Amino acid sequence: MAKDILRVEKLERVFRVGSEDVHALRGVSFTITEGEFVSIMGTSGSGKSTLLNILGCLDTPSAGDYIIDGVSIKKLSKNELSTLRNRKIGFVFQNYNLLARTTALENVELPLFYNSDVPAKERRDRAIEALKLVGLESRMEHMPNQLSGGQQQRVAIARALVNDPVILLADEATGNLDTRTSYEIMSLFQDLHEQGKTIAFVTHEPDIATFTTRKIKLRDGQIIEDAPIDTQSAAEALAAINLQKED
Amino acid sequence: MNIGNLVKVAFSSLFRNKMRTALTMLGIVIGIASVIAMVSIGQASTQSVKSELSSMGSNMIMIMPARQQRGGVDMGMSSSKSLDNKDLQALQEKTRYVAAVSPMVSSNKQLIYGNNNHSCSVNGVSASYLDIRKYEIAEGVMFTEEDVKRYNKVCVIGQTVELFTNGEDPLGKSIRFGSIPMTVIGVLESKGQSGMGDDQDDIVFAPYTTIQKRFLGINYFNMMYASATSEEESELAATEITYILRSNHGIKSGMSDDFDIRTQEELVSTISSVTGLMTTLLAAIASISLVVGGIGIMNIMYVTVTERTKEIGLRMAIGAHNRDIMFQFLCESVILSLIGGIIGIILGLIIAYVASKLMNMPYVVSQMAIVGSFLVCALTGIFFGWYPAKKAANMNPISALRYE
Repeated sequence: MAKDILRVEKLERVFRVGSEDVHALRGVSFTITEGEFVSIMGTSGSGKSTLLNILGCLDTPSAGDYIIDGVSIKKLSKNELSTLRNRKIGFVFQNYNLLARTTALENVELPLFYNSDVPAKERRDRAIEALKLVGLESRMEHMPNQLSGGQQQRVAIARALVNDPVILLADEATGNLDTRTSYEIMSLFQDLHEQGKTIAFVTHEPDIATFTTRKIKLRDGQIIEDAPIDTQSAAEALAAINLQKED
Repeated sequence: MNIGNLVKVAFSSLFRNKMRTALTMLGIVIGIASVIAMVSIGQASTQSVKSELSSMGSNMIMIMPARQQRGGVDMGMSSSKSLDNKDLQALQEKTRYVAAVSPMVSSNKQLIYGNNNHSCSVNGVSASYLDIRKYEIAEGVMFTEEDVKRYNKVCVIGQTVELFTNGEDPLGKSIRFGSIPMTVIGVLESKGQSGMGDDQDDIVFAPYTTIQKRFLGINYFNMMYASATSEEESELAATEITYILRSNHGIKSGMSDDFDIRTQEELVSTISSVTGLMTTLLAAIASISLVVGGIGIMNIMYVTVTERTKEIGLRMAIGAHNRDIMFQFLCESVILSLIGGIIGIILGLIIAYVASKLMNMPYVVSQMAIVGSFLVCALTGIFFGWYPAKKAANMNPISALRYE
């Protein structure tokens, strides 16, 4: 049996807005095992961002437990959470969040600067390796403003991969991209998935979710659907668009 | 992150905003440069005053008549006529620590030689005056005690008494002082300018008796100069002189002296304490600009932190500890102030150099001021960078990432 990458148990998160308590998550439980490609869906206000923040160790739950790669985050300090993010999680954001006026290579190297286990001379090699994985080895010295949206997102994915995390967390990673480029990015995620990466993909677009292997749907802070899905191939979808164009 | 990377990151982000960085630095540059320049100029003037005093003869003692009041009206410094021949004799005979004494009477009239005329002070002194004031004879001779006794019309002139043109040898020439002819028997070695800018060579010495009797018709002295047997004994000599003069003038105990005695020791310490105070004052004023520069850094660092909120959020998301973020911004402000400081030190030294040339003073480089301002720079960077850096480090990564 595949090992558990992360497990959430009766997760609750309460925000205090003025004098009112807002329950963003009301007892969410699920497990993601190694090699899964999970999409987390929901409309805005469903609690998916809150869930993602907790999964990404940026936030801590009000109640319940979250165990990532065998570590419970309940009693960890801020610094320990930082280290955990650095070693175990790769973030991909909607708006890429690349450092301006910094080359693609340096952007990818960034997480390794905060990892003292990686010697300086190894940093560059690992960053180059990650960029090759996303097919950008020819654009290593380019600045973000010299890259297209899709290429910038690839750099961001390379950055998420460089620390060899146990899970990739993507937050609306295709939200700023056109359909074609979205499919290209999804195709890349599928490739990474095939190579054994575990991925959690937050999105509100149903067609993007069809490229994953399992769908978790949230509404009002609770899971209303959690089932494996019939996975579509992003590469084929891309080919279909190209055909349409030729017609 | 290690220091090397921090410095690299700090430099690259400072380079991204060259104009802003330069202007922020300018505040520190001006602050440090003014501190360095002021301290250096202050110390140079102290030094030049001290060296001038020692060239005057540091064992010199000046005896001046006290201020006099007539009907409640202060007549000004040295206005009394309390010093006379009797005092001179007593000081020459009864003292142990006084090596030499010379009276001084001053007169100011036009000197005339042929077609030339020149105005300078003519001082009536005794032969020992040259020793006391450290003047040397370049050509000819100094007048003797014999000349003093006989009211002889002889004189010794300084290098810049411009009566003789075309390299004419002044020795043996007769110059007129008002209507009275005097024979030049010696020329003084040049002593140069004094620290206050007076030309010490624009001077004529004649026997004091000649000036007293032939020109002024007086029998008191304007002041007296004495030299102690050594610099260390000048205080003893001063005490001795006080004792003798008091008994000579019949001053009872409890009454104040009718003369003032100044040793160089007092003068040196007075002037250096005054110039020291000046230096401190200048440095204090200059350091205000340093504080203003520091506030400039703080301001810019706040702007930078706000501007880069998203970057901070990202760095935190990918594993930066609060401390990493803190050091990153602290490093930036320290580099900013240190580079500003180095430029400021160089600029300050240049200003001090130019000032020393313009004001004809020695060029003093104060290592203390340099080391001090370097430390102050580093501290300024840390102090004024601390709060912005703290603000950055305490950001919540979630809201920082969402910041627009």
